Amino acid sequence: MAIFIDESSTVIVQGITGSEGTKHGRRMLAAGTNVVGGVNARKAGQKVDFDGTSLPVFGSVAEAMSETGADVSVAFVPPAFCKDAVVEAIDAQIGLLIVITEGMPVHDATSFWAHAVATGNKTRIVGPNCPGVASPGKSNAGIIPADITKPGRIGLVSKSGTLTYQMMYELRDVGFSTCVGIGGDPVIGTTHIDCLRAFEADPETDAIVMIGEIGGDAEERAAEVIDAEISKPVVGYVAGFTAPEGRTMGHAGAIVSGSAGTAAAKQQALEAAGVRVGRTPSAAAQLMRELMQGH
Amino acid sequence: MDLYEYQAKELFAKHGVPVLAGEVATTPEQAREIAARIGGETVVKAQVKTGGRGKAGGVKLATSPDEAAEKAALILGMDIKGHTVHRVLVTQASDIAEEYYFSFLLDRSGRTFLAMASVEGGVEIEEVAHTNPDAIARVPVDALLGVDAATARSIAEAAHFPAETLDQVADVIASLWTVFTEEDATLVEVNPMVKTPDGKVIALDGKVTLDDNASFRRPDHAGFADPAAADPLEARAAEKHLNYVKLDGEVGIIGNGAGLVMSTLDVVAYAGGMHGGVKPANFLDIGGGASAEVMANGLQIILSDPSVRSVFVNVFGGITSCDAVANGIVAAFALLEQSGETVTRPLVVRLDGNNAGVGRRILTQAALPGVRQVDTMDGAADQAAELAAQGA
Repeated sequence: MAIFIDESSTVIVQGITGSEGTKHGRRMLAAGTNVVGGVNARKAGQKVDFDGTSLPVFGSVAEAMSETGADVSVAFVPPAFCKDAVVEAIDAQIGLLIVITEGMPVHDATSFWAHAVATGNKTRIVGPNCPGVASPGKSNAGIIPADITKPGRIGLVSKSGTLTYQMMYELRDVGFSTCVGIGGDPVIGTTHIDCLRAFEADPETDAIVMIGEIGGDAEERAAEVIDAEISKPVVGYVAGFTAPEGRTMGHAGAIVSGSAGTAAAKQQALEAAGVRVGRTPSAAAQLMRELMQGH
Repeated sequence: MDLYEYQAKELFAKHGVPVLAGEVATTPEQAREIAARIGGETVVKAQVKTGGRGKAGGVKLATSPDEAAEKAALILGMDIKGHTVHRVLVTQASDIAEEYYFSFLLDRSGRTFLAMASVEGGVEIEEVAHTNPDAIARVPVDALLGVDAATARSIAEAAHFPAETLDQVADVIASLWTVFTEEDATLVEVNPMVKTPDGKVIALDGKVTLDDNASFRRPDHAGFADPAAADPLEARAAEKHLNYVKLDGEVGIIGNGAGLVMSTLDVVAYAGGMHGGVKPANFLDIGGGASAEVMANGLQIILSDPSVRSVFVNVFGGITSCDAVANGIVAAFALLEQSGETVTRPLVVRLDGNNAGVGRRILTQAALPGVRQVDTMDGAADQAAELAAQGA
């Protein structure tokens, strides 16, 4: 099972001929992901060669889907063209779209989200500005390193890429069902809440690690959902306790505005919902390890 | 990027939002000239990117050009909540019959835009939101449909603007929406929007936040940046395209990935609690690649901060494996040496993740001056904090 992607996932890469698309397309394929082709309207009909595997380049997401049966697209498209690429994938009604692109204007993200809603949310969107989704041993769609952990029964959802990797690595002795990097932008598709619900419904996930960071109130709203709907144990970690007000800390969405979006408020909300929150990533990993060993 | 009031008003004027005549001055003499040009009573307003200017004495009325110069002399150089006033806006004075509040902003949780409007303006809107939330109309805006004349009017009606102002307010709202979209803003706020005794609706103040991610399609926004106001180290880091934020501690931080660096700051601050209260000196995210050049640039910036007493390099090898990162650190030291810089302050390096063993061995063999390795993030933070405390 796992969530969002598994061994049956068939993946195309939007922007497969660009440097990032090529680099990570090759890596995904090497990690065992079923990558079947890519999209670039200007290079339709060409082939790309990944270490001996020749993949077709299609003119559109819709064409790639009908030719290959792809149900997942990973987009490595520069910010200026990313909104059009996302809208194209939504219109083709691909099941899952993972937007790796960093630096997308928030008006564009808000616009593609409105388009997704207006067309009935047929496509699950992860990102933008995210590392992607990995179900270890099954499929890896995005830029998450494939070999830092092992398959297991923990679900992981995080705003931050490197903290995702850090946690996957810390708990490599226990292993993960699926790890989802939802991205650090102010407007994103799939949220902590979507992942919590999916992990709750996934029979191959026993417990959930949730990593948050300063900015917005996504963690507070997730805490409400944990309290009301999630029966599986949740361990949390929040980054940014020492971030000064009004400064963007790397991620476009990571900013404390006045008294809103602080790490302390997020930790408090999570703890009130019964989440065990670690003070450092290692402490959170240790809480999860103890929990899984007691299972 | 947050704009100054005078910059926000430039954008307002450009898109047809009614504002009073005004110009920015950096000296009392300029303020006098502007006041003479405007004529009549003027208001001299401190230009700082924080609220509460009026209460701090940063907004003063002047009845003559000479008085405008006097008031400017009082305000220039003033400190308002840690912000030094380098500029004043000298603007036409206006009588006020009524004060309103209006803003367009990004609603992160709703993943849409929001119009907020209230006929109780002029005060801290947070206060109104707290004490009388019903006094604020919150109207979601569909990003695809935007705000046309009819939508603008319905927003004004939802906020119960007086009937005689509705036409004007709706026009102002539609123009503010143009500012919001055409300038890729994430916030456009007018507080107060006022009605003058003769019934004109005017944006008396303005606050605009622009989306830095949109700079590729808004090249003119670069002119709003204020390198002089930035911390000199931040300005240098920006030139090198480093994601650096200056903080006020003693432990320099370099890491890869925004989340990991934020987390590193926290872990160092916790450790500092046990070592004389030392704190992180900066945020610096060198990204996934961690190339030698980026590492060298980062080290250079951090070591030129005199308050830094130790440096913590915290790297998780994901796609870029730790041997590449270790080679990057070794090469960075060579680059620093070439540029005549010696690393005299201790460096604590934590490498973990892909090929961590190889990476650590490379660093051990290189035996770089002052560099020590600790395998865990928490342990490394503790050592970096201890070294900073000892260096005091």
